[in-house]
Amino acid sequence: MTELQRVLDANQAKELEGFRDALVELLYQLADDDFILSYRGSEWLGLAPHIEEDVSFSSISQDTMGHAVAFYEMLESLGEGKADDLAQLRQPEAFRNAILVERPNGSGHYMEKPQYDWAYTVVRFYLYELFKQVRLESLVHSTYVPLAQLARKMMPELHYHLIHWSVWLKQLANSTDEAKSKMVNALQKAWVDLGDLFDLGPQADAIVQHGLIEGEELLRERWIHRVKQTLEVNRLPWFGKPVKGEYNGRAGKHTDDLVTALQTLSEVYRLDPAANW
Amino acid sequence: MTSFTHALESEVWKGLQEVSDPEIPSISIVEMGMVNGVRVEDNHVSIEFTPTFVGCPALKIIEKNIIDRISAIPGVESVDVQFVFEPRWTTDRISESGREKLRKFGILPPPKRAEDAWEIECPYCNSKNTTLDNLFGPTACRSIAYCRDCRNPFEAIKPI
Repeated sequence: MTELQRVLDANQAKELEGFRDALVELLYQLADDDFILSYRGSEWLGLAPHIEEDVSFSSISQDTMGHAVAFYEMLESLGEGKADDLAQLRQPEAFRNAILVERPNGSGHYMEKPQYDWAYTVVRFYLYELFKQVRLESLVHSTYVPLAQLARKMMPELHYHLIHWSVWLKQLANSTDEAKSKMVNALQKAWVDLGDLFDLGPQADAIVQHGLIEGEELLRERWIHRVKQTLEVNRLPWFGKPVKGEYNGRAGKHTDDLVTALQTLSEVYRLDPAANW
Repeated sequence: MTSFTHALESEVWKGLQEVSDPEIPSISIVEMGMVNGVRVEDNHVSIEFTPTFVGCPALKIIEKNIIDRISAIPGVESVDVQFVFEPRWTTDRISESGREKLRKFGILPPPKRAEDAWEIECPYCNSKNTTLDNLFGPTACRSIAYCRDCRNPFEAIKPI
């Protein structure tokens, strides 16, 4: 394999058209995943099982939102427009997040009878953060140097998130029969949405050829290896290799849940995008 | 380096000593190891700043505080602050005096190296009879602990 060129900053990236476009596509996936999932996390504020969890979960969501901001700012430096606008003014079909992160927390509405599913939340966050770990470990070797540096910085932070979700997963899986069956149901529900998590989108080949991140298959295999271990230890079922589902977030094909989420989260910003915060 | 540049640079470091993390007012950003470097060119000052956590919400406030404080130094015409993630902020960047100040403020400093065992010692009575009540605290970089001996709740900076 020939040695790939390392790209040191945004200006250098912008001069390499194919490289820049592939990088931008990948960054939208990274930014949108963290952004939408941390929004779902923030919807638990005040509703988490106990006060300590409220503190932890808000801290994790805030940190994840901070990661999204860092990715959006990288997109801004590459000429994609203002970071705030990228998060709040794009159309749903422009979003590149995986379906898993856009699903609602449960039935009901935040303001009226939120019947949120805690088991699903634990499972979803665990599965996603584990994937994020695999992804960051690969990004550390990215040819886009600012992205490699950012990934290296995020890893120790993510470590704490993962500890948190692992503890919950272990405790619920080894608790009462009711807790266990809720965890199994939650896994089954999350499993349907795993297909596009590993997908690198329509520009996958270019993304990999430019050395921005390793290929989908490798990332998926590493993730499977780790998840299988956890499930086995906690005597939870394995639902088989993730397969492509009905939607594909990486290609902009989302559920209506994303549309509703974006309307809610950007409502204030849309009222007056020029306002100072 | 001219003597003017040299003198200005030392004034800038002194000024930065007075800028604190708004979440931990007793300790300066220099002692926290968040200032990576200062560059003075003619009357322009560039400061490289390394955040403790990527998503620290206090960054904008710290940036403003740095610019306000450094702009007030005679001879400084403009200031810019750049956030860098390389080198990373790690636990061993906190200075000895910084560690002492954190402890006095009731916050346990992290182990000197992140890979060292995280022994949670009460900053008030030095007891090791403590519990880690929440890995997550009021800010991303802190956890909440409790001392079973002196019965004080306290915070600890996460080792990273």
